[in-house]
Amino acid sequence: MEIVYLLVPLSLVLAFLIAGVFWWAIRRGQFDDLEGPAHRILMDDDRSGRG
Amino acid sequence: MDPGLPTAGELATARDAGLCYHCGLPQRGGGHFSIEIDGVERALCCAGCQAVAQIIVDHGLTSYYRHRSALPAREDAVPPAVRGLGAYDVPAVERAVTRDAGNHVREAALMLSGITCAACVWLIEQRVTRMPGVLGIDINYATHRAQVRWDTHRARLATILEAIAALGYRASPYDRARAEHARASERDGALARLFVAGFGMMQVMMYLVPMYLTNGEMTADIEQLMRVASLMLTLPVVLYAAAPFFAGAWRDVRARHLGMDVPVALGIGAAFAASVAATLGRSGPVYYDSVTMFVFLLLAARYLEMTARARAAMTQEQLAQQAPSVAERYAVWPGSDLAEVVAAASLRVGDHLRVRPGALIPADGVVVDGVSEVDERLLTGESRPQPKRAGDAVTGGSLNVGNPLVMRVSRVGADTVLAGVLRLLDRAAGEKPRIARVADEVAQYFVLALLVTAAMVAAVWIQLDAARALWVTVAVLVVSCPCALSLATPTALAAASGALHAHGVLITRGNALEGLARATHFVFDKTGTLTTGIMRLAAVMPLRGAARDECLALAAALEAGSGHPIARALAAAAPESPRPRCSEVSSSAGSGVEAVVDGHRVRLGAPQFVAELHGQPLPGELESVADDLTAVALGDERGWIALFTLDDPLRLPARRVVLELVRMGKEVHLLSGDRPQIASHVAGALAIANVRGGATPRDKLDYVQNLQRGGAVVAMVGDGVNDVAGLAAAQVSIAMGCGTDIACSASDVILLAGRLDALLTAVRTAHRTLRVIRQNLTWAFAYNMIAVPLAACGYVTPLIAGAGMAASSLLVVANALRLLRPAPVHAGATPAVPAIDAR
Repeated sequence: MEIVYLLVPLSLVLAFLIAGVFWWAIRRGQFDDLEGPAHRILMDDDRSGRG
Repeated sequence: MDPGLPTAGELATARDAGLCYHCGLPQRGGGHFSIEIDGVERALCCAGCQAVAQIIVDHGLTSYYRHRSALPAREDAVPPAVRGLGAYDVPAVERAVTRDAGNHVREAALMLSGITCAACVWLIEQRVTRMPGVLGIDINYATHRAQVRWDTHRARLATILEAIAALGYRASPYDRARAEHARASERDGALARLFVAGFGMMQVMMYLVPMYLTNGEMTADIEQLMRVASLMLTLPVVLYAAAPFFAGAWRDVRARHLGMDVPVALGIGAAFAASVAATLGRSGPVYYDSVTMFVFLLLAARYLEMTARARAAMTQEQLAQQAPSVAERYAVWPGSDLAEVVAAASLRVGDHLRVRPGALIPADGVVVDGVSEVDERLLTGESRPQPKRAGDAVTGGSLNVGNPLVMRVSRVGADTVLAGVLRLLDRAAGEKPRIARVADEVAQYFVLALLVTAAMVAAVWIQLDAARALWVTVAVLVVSCPCALSLATPTALAAASGALHAHGVLITRGNALEGLARATHFVFDKTGTLTTGIMRLAAVMPLRGAARDECLALAAALEAGSGHPIARALAAAAPESPRPRCSEVSSSAGSGVEAVVDGHRVRLGAPQFVAELHGQPLPGELESVADDLTAVALGDERGWIALFTLDDPLRLPARRVVLELVRMGKEVHLLSGDRPQIASHVAGALAIANVRGGATPRDKLDYVQNLQRGGAVVAMVGDGVNDVAGLAAAQVSIAMGCGTDIACSASDVILLAGRLDALLTAVRTAHRTLRVIRQNLTWAFAYNMIAVPLAACGYVTPLIAGAGMAASSLLVVANALRLLRPAPVHAGATPAVPAIDAR
């Protein structure tokens, strides 16, 4: 069970790391438009390849 | 502004590099803030100064910097929250961001931030209304915008802004770019909080799993480790994610007002503090999981509500963004093709503009050259582009989709239709409907009752079982938060107004939706409402064997010089063939025209007027026709030539609208100023049982008041111009909005683009809105009736309480969101209605 003494703090570090990454993502505008990209994939002009 | 004039040296110093060009303080922003003024890049100290300077530049007021004799208020002198507001004291700036409402009264649109619930709106309204010189403030909860009016002799914009700032909110004159920015940062903040709370919740629950699995076999050391880890994760949730709740509660307490944040903050705070004490003291239960989950679910409900508000306000925002910023102005017109690009704000009445295809029309005006089509969708809800040619009116903000146009400006700035519609929209959302106000008041008493109940529960449980007292009290506080009550009603109203606007119905008063749903009697005006208001030739009855077209050509020739509606109807119906030549044309007002054609005296007009010429009576069978309808006779000395009947054709959807209203159980009345026979004729065609013709404005008012005395809730539908008295007396007034009348309309509901069928959509949506609000209130009360006693008896853990409360909030908000979808329309239910035919 001693491993828990390492794992629990490790999970804490991971949690804060992930929170940091998310905070960065918000700051970079990754969540500014949650709908546009979903539509954009449909609008891709990929007809030219098939003629 | 600084007392006393600064020395020339002081001002010169302010203009030096190193000091803020606007306020004269040392630059602290590290050169981040600057603005180009009269072609020179100037450094500024802070975002506040930049915003103000931007306003000054945008409004072409840079001469303020050349002519000012004093620097704006030193920022050190005002509290940080008010920083930058002093600049609005500068008269030039104040003028630029406000609007003159006449008689020492000014009006401004403000953007507010920091509003978290309907109670905040109430708080600001109370504070500002009590200020001397303030004539009124209306706050739009959906868009977080306010309209404030004040007497310039007794109040100033800066003091109003300071008063709002002192309450803990930020207010600034509304500016689109800044509003966009503020909304984006609000959304980012909400998203980050939601994530922190959700992530913390999951991780805390993860630490709980081994405790359940090992069934108490865990050593005390490991258990303590888990608890400390949970504490570490809950700390950011409480301090960061739940911060808005604490801030809101603190604000409520300071204002001696009970909002729903108070019990929430008490619940979170008590549960967290007790858990920390238990962790540090190594004894007693911890409820980190409950705290994090409660915060997460509550934030989720708020986030959803915020999204709903944003969506409801979207049409309005789109409209505001439709205001064009530049125009191409002809320096000389006609004669030169040279056009310069100028700011739309600098346009004047009478300017000639070029509007390229694909460009927005910069201001209201009249087409002077070119033929094109214009898309007025956002203004009128009409999806087809409207054809425009020389002489037609065009509306600023609509889109030219066809060919280049040349237009002459007739209205600019705040006088335009677009500005008028935006003002009406603001007014509608700013006026708090009665139904929302009641919900607010109830919520306040509810919180009070809740706090008293919680205190009693705590007192009782301390006697019974002191160890559980705290947790039971927390559960009671959390489970019964009246969020459903406070959130749901404004959300439902905002969603309904937004959906209706997209369908060409403008709600201009807060109470209009409720009134529409409650209306029992619909009183229609005839001309221009049920009918198009444009005369049309209905039938030609040749009386002397002449051909139909021949009679028409003769009539058109006689009326050639007249602009009378009847003359226009005849001219429109006459064939293009060459018309007989008339001489000695003379018209006698009110009866008709006389002329000599081919050596005969010919008269066109009222049957009596024509009969004077030849002395013969009208053939018997036609006399009733002439009595019943608008009839025009044609004749010469030898006798009758023809009889024309004219009518005002029904609007296409009129019959369906009347039918549907009757089907919904509404009583439909027709009230017309036109001749009784004509009114009955139209009523007959539409199957309206209650009809009254020949009504003067006074009669209309009496008629409406008579119905009201009988207990009716009257909705009056008119064209907004002829029926002012009736419209004002009715509980709900509905106007057919066509073109430019929109801006000055005083009615509660405007059917844009004159679409009568939109009335049905409006009534249906109003019914649905009321139903949704009732469902939500019923749910909120039923939920509390069950949950509070259970919690008080100790059957509800804080975890379940948090989940139940938040789920309840989510449910009511989601229910209100259903209104964003349009009411189901019966497809294919439009029978072709023939115009009333004169037999």
